[in-house]
Amino acid sequence: MAEATRVLVPGTASGNVVVLDEPLSFWGGFDPATGLLVDTHHPQVGAALGGCVLVMPAGRGSSSSSYVLAEAVRAGTAPAAVVLGEPDPIVALGAIVAEELYGVGLPVVVAPSPALVTGRRIAVRADPDGAVELEDG
Amino acid sequence: MPGSLTLSDDDRAMLAGDRGKGVRFAMRILVRAAEAMGAERLLDVSSAHIDGCLYHGKAGLDFARRLVDGGAEVSVPTTLNVSSLDLLHPGLVRLDRGTAAEARELMDAYLAMRCRPTWTCAPYQLPERPALGEHVAWAESNAIVFANSVLGARTGRYGDFIDICCAVTGRAPAAGLHLDDERLARAVVRVERLPETLLMDEAAFAAIGHIVGRATGSAVPAIVGLPPSTTEDQLKALGAAAASSGAVAMFHAVGVTPEAPTLEAATGDHAPAVDVSIDLRAMRAARDELSTVEVGAAVGSVSIGTPHCSAFELRRVAALVEGRRLAVPCYANTGRDVLGGVPGVAEALRRAGVTIVTDTCTYITPIIEREATPVVTNSGKWAWYAPGNLGFDVAFATLEECIDSAETGRLVRDRDAWGDG
Repeated sequence: MAEATRVLVPGTASGNVVVLDEPLSFWGGFDPATGLLVDTHHPQVGAALGGCVLVMPAGRGSSSSSYVLAEAVRAGTAPAAVVLGEPDPIVALGAIVAEELYGVGLPVVVAPSPALVTGRRIAVRADPDGAVELEDG
Repeated sequence: MPGSLTLSDDDRAMLAGDRGKGVRFAMRILVRAAEAMGAERLLDVSSAHIDGCLYHGKAGLDFARRLVDGGAEVSVPTTLNVSSLDLLHPGLVRLDRGTAAEARELMDAYLAMRCRPTWTCAPYQLPERPALGEHVAWAESNAIVFANSVLGARTGRYGDFIDICCAVTGRAPAAGLHLDDERLARAVVRVERLPETLLMDEAAFAAIGHIVGRATGSAVPAIVGLPPSTTEDQLKALGAAAASSGAVAMFHAVGVTPEAPTLEAATGDHAPAVDVSIDLRAMRAARDELSTVEVGAAVGSVSIGTPHCSAFELRRVAALVEGRRLAVPCYANTGRDVLGGVPGVAEALRRAGVTIVTDTCTYITPIIEREATPVVTNSGKWAWYAPGNLGFDVAFATLEECIDSAETGRLVRDRDAWGDG
């Protein structure tokens, strides 16, 4: 597993895991005022994502998702960390800008098939040198 | 990985602050994003299209202010996407005063950086547009997919923030769809024979795009079976829908788009991982997936022009509504430059009772009243996002069905065109 992982945005965070079965577009699919998943096409519509370790196969859709993710960080409703099945520059960018503006780290890593289950509390450590740890915590 | 990015002397000078704090901030974001993308270098871009001018909260304003306060200005011709306001038709957008003021402030910040006040999601409808092989930095998912697919220009799938960083620095990560190999198709979608009356309408192409996005995700698909006569408006509808239901940033239409004279040219050496077919049954399924109300249901309004209507589409709407009495409000979204080029058509639309929306769009800002739902639209993108964004019921339909529905106040279907039994 470790050799397939990648760090898109370094940082440390912990939270309860929410595994999404389908990709999510933050814009149009996530409400930064409430932290809820609002995409009516998504099987997990209504899920609370604030403070969670969000695990999803990929990003999707709108190029405004970076803005919505940064706005969620500002509003305190964002996930604590994002674990992607494949790299997504739009999600990474939202986290990078939020950190530059507000000093709040939101690690974004790629881990193609992490053994994570919804509800488990884990700690994410994503080092600038590319090392990733996903551990109970 | 971080560490593999090599910067030019000029890049390093910008990063060091030689051109001011704003440029330094833009280059810093760009470098971090380039590292996340795994780029080995940056490359020059000749234009940019900015999505970050649409207001989604204070974060965007904080970001734009940081650039403006640092003295940043764009270094390449830069167009602006839709905003949250219609400056030509004040009173149309029903935002609360505080949000409207911040939305306006965000727009002004981008103008202060010398972006052009185009306020359209369809910059490819403007006179100057990038040529085949030209590197650009475009944001807005439908503009990205159009630039790559239809124009053969090269842009990454850029989002808000990096768009203006590229415009300010004139640089972009040499990654993704800027590179030859990344532009080859990894999926094949075969469109089977469909009724000609259906293929006359943009909505058919939106339905195809919806299926393509669902089936291929972020892979570049090669679509086989589109007629050589397929128009730019139809390709626009296809790309916009595919970039909504999936993360499609480029497609090839074999025999239609510039990098796909043949299927072999589109796929190169890659054996496609996905191979799907689209028949009339799949088209009906897509139509119904994009609709939350049944045929015959009372409808509250009609919205067309997502992405913005071209001059040709405005003319077509004007011809369809001429001499008819519309029972429900009908909105047509378009760009101010396109509208300015067809004053007679604009007048005909207004005379027929069509509300023209510019600078923004009915699916991203409060224009349509809740009482005026369900909304009928010929846009796959509108139909995909509206239920979540606005909480509205929606029906996806061809343009003729839209106008028939506007006239009768009920959702009308052309059962022959779609082959409903």
